[in-house]
Amino acid sequence: MTLTADTSPGTARGTARRWRERLLSGGSWTVLALLVVVLAVIVVINPSFAEPVSLMAFAKKAAPLVVLAVGQYFVIVSGEFDLSVGSLVGAQVVIAARLIDGEEALTWPVLGLMLAFGLLVGLVNGLVTTLLRVPSFIATLGMMLVLFGAIRLWTGGAPTGALSEGFRVLGRKGFPDVPGQFQVPYALLVALVVVGLAVLVMRRPFGRSLVAAGDNDVAATYSGASVWWLRTRAFLLSSFLATVAAVLIGGYAGVTAQVGQGLEFMAITAVVLGGVALGGGRGTVVAAMVGALALEALFTLFNQLALPSTIRPAVQGVIIIVAVAYAARRRRT
Amino acid sequence: MTISTGSTGSSSTAGTSSTAGTRRRYHLGSTEIVYLALIGILLVAGVLVAVQGGNLFAQQNISYMLTQTSLLGFVAVGQTLVVLCRSLDLSVGYVVALCSLIGATTMAGDPSRVWLGVVAALAVAAAVGLVNGLLISALRVNAFIATLGTGLIVKGFLDTRFKGPEGEVPLAFQTFGYTRIGPVPVSTIVMLLVAAAAFVLLTRTRAGYHMFAVGGNLDVARLSGVRTGRALVLAHVLCSLCAGVAGLLIAARFGTGNALVYSYGLDLDSIAAVVLGGTLLFGGRGSVVGTVGGVVILAVLDTAFNVLDVNPFFKDVLRGVIIIAAVALYARRQIDPASRRVRFGARGSVPRGSDAA
Repeated sequence: MTLTADTSPGTARGTARRWRERLLSGGSWTVLALLVVVLAVIVVINPSFAEPVSLMAFAKKAAPLVVLAVGQYFVIVSGEFDLSVGSLVGAQVVIAARLIDGEEALTWPVLGLMLAFGLLVGLVNGLVTTLLRVPSFIATLGMMLVLFGAIRLWTGGAPTGALSEGFRVLGRKGFPDVPGQFQVPYALLVALVVVGLAVLVMRRPFGRSLVAAGDNDVAATYSGASVWWLRTRAFLLSSFLATVAAVLIGGYAGVTAQVGQGLEFMAITAVVLGGVALGGGRGTVVAAMVGALALEALFTLFNQLALPSTIRPAVQGVIIIVAVAYAARRRRT
Repeated sequence: MTISTGSTGSSSTAGTSSTAGTRRRYHLGSTEIVYLALIGILLVAGVLVAVQGGNLFAQQNISYMLTQTSLLGFVAVGQTLVVLCRSLDLSVGYVVALCSLIGATTMAGDPSRVWLGVVAALAVAAAVGLVNGLLISALRVNAFIATLGTGLIVKGFLDTRFKGPEGEVPLAFQTFGYTRIGPVPVSTIVMLLVAAAAFVLLTRTRAGYHMFAVGGNLDVARLSGVRTGRALVLAHVLCSLCAGVAGLLIAARFGTGNALVYSYGLDLDSIAAVVLGGTLLFGGRGSVVGTVGGVVILAVLDTAFNVLDVNPFFKDVLRGVIIIAAVALYARRQIDPASRRVRFGARGSVPRGSDAA
C-alpha cells in the first residue's frame, strides 16, 4: 500500500474515479482523504489560503512535525515507541539558547554538540530497550522524565540565553529572502530532504529488515537480521530527526519553557493517522508524513474557524478517532 | 509445577532435567522481584533519610506515603486490567479530573446528596470506559488513539465547561480523604479493597481468565470461544470506574472538583506503575499484587524525595532513572514462564517436556 501516484494510462475520468475509490478505500488512503477534505474546507472558508504565500507559510509551520513523524515512523514500524522526542526537542532548544546565547560564532559548534547529544539520547533509548529489554514505552518515558528534569535543573527552571540569527535561519527564513514576497522556506526543503531520504532508506535492506523486525522479530532474527541493532538505529534516527526538528522549531518559534511539550503524542498520532500500525510491521513513511500534514492542517482549520482554544482538543479527539476507525473498518472487511 | 519447555527436553537425560526443575522451583517470579526491589528502595531511602537525621518511618511520613499510594493505586489497579488485555488507557487522567468535578458539583455541599454525587461520578466514568471499550473492540480503533482521543474530548469539555475549581464536597464525604485509622488513611484501605477485588476477579472468575486470554493472544482467545469484545469492554469500564473513584478521592481531599488534575500525569504514571509491577505491556501476563508493589515503590520514592528535600527537577531525573532501572532488573526474566499465571492448575499443566522428567 504505497501512496505514490499511479501513472498508468487512462482517461481523465477513469483516473478521477480510481482516485476517488482509493481515497474512500480506507487504510493509509484515509489520511490522504482527510488531508484533502481539511484543506478543501480551509480553502472554502478562506480562499486566500490557496495562494502560494499562504501555502508556503503552512509548509513552514508543518515541517517540524513532518520531520518528527518520520523519526517516530522508524521507531514505530520497528515495533517500539519513542515518547522522549517531545522532551528531547525541548531540551535541544534550551541547550542551544543557553550555549549560543546570541553569539553568532558559536552556532556551528553548538549545532555539532546538539547532534552529538541527540545521538547519545537515541543510543541510550535504543540500548536500554534492546539490550536491557526494558519495554520502549517505559525506557523512553523514563528518558522523557530525565530530560525534562535535567534541563530545568540545569537552567534553574526557566530557559535562559538566546538563539543566534544564524541558528534561526533554517526554521524562519526562505529562498529568495525578500520579506513579504513568495519564498520557499528552508524548513520545507529540510522536510522534503528528510522525507526523500527516508523513502530511499525504507527501500534499502535496512528499511526492509526494520519492517520485518517490527512484524515478527523472531522470524527476522532467524532470517539473519540483527534485530537489536536495527531497533537501536531506529531510535538513533528518531533522536537525530528530533534534533533537526528542534532546530526548525527553535528557529520558527524561539525559546519558551513549554517548547516541545506534547510533541511526542502529536508525532505518534500523526504516524498512526497515516495507517502505520502500532506494534510495527505495517505502513509507509509517506503515509506518516501525510498524517503529520493532516494534523497540522487540522490546527490551521481550527485557527481559520476561530474555534475557542478550549474546544480544540475535543474536536481533534473526535476527528482522529473517526479517521482511525474508518481506516480500520475498511481494512478488515 | 511447570518444567521448562522442552526444546531439549526429550533428548536430555533425566538427571539434567530434574536439576532444571529444582532451579525453576526457586525461581523468583516478577512479583517477588518487585517486592524485593521495594524492600531495597525502602532500605536505601531509610538509610539516606537517617543520615540526614530524619526518620523515613515516622508516622507522618508513613501516612504521607500511604496517602500517595491510594490516588495512584486506584488508577493503576484499573490500568492493570486494561494492560493485561493488551490495551492501554491514556484517558484516565482526564477521567479523574472529570469525576472529581462531577462528584463535587453534584454534591454541591449538601450532605444528603453525597450518594447521588458518587453514583453520578461513577456512572460518567463507566460511560467513558464503555466508549473506550467499544471503540477498541467494535470499531477496532487502536487503543492508543482511542483513549488518547476520548481523553482529548474530555479535556475539551473540561476546559470549556469549568474555569477553575468548582462544586463543594460536604464534610461528611471529605472524611474519605482525611480519616485515618492509626497511620493508615481510609482511602488506602479502600484502595487495597479495590485491589483485592481486582485480584479475585483476575484469579478466580471467568471474566478475569478471559482477560488473560485476550491479552495473551486475541485470535486464539476468539477461536477458543472467548467473547473477546466483552472482556475488553469490561476491562475498560472497570479501569474508568477505578479512575472515577480516584476522582472522588481528589474531590474529597480538595473539598472541590478541579480540572487541573489532568496535568498530574496520572496516565503515564499509572502505566509506569503497572509495568514496574511486572505486568507485561504486551498483555497476557501480570498481577494486581505486583501493581500495588509498583505503586508503593513510586510512593516511597516520592516520600523520600520530599523528606530529603530534593530539588523538584532532580526528582524527575531520579524518577526516570529509577523506573528504567527497576524495570530493567527483571525485564529479562519476563520471558520466563515463571511470571505467567498457571492456566490449567497444578496437576493439569503437563508441558511438552514432561516425558523426560
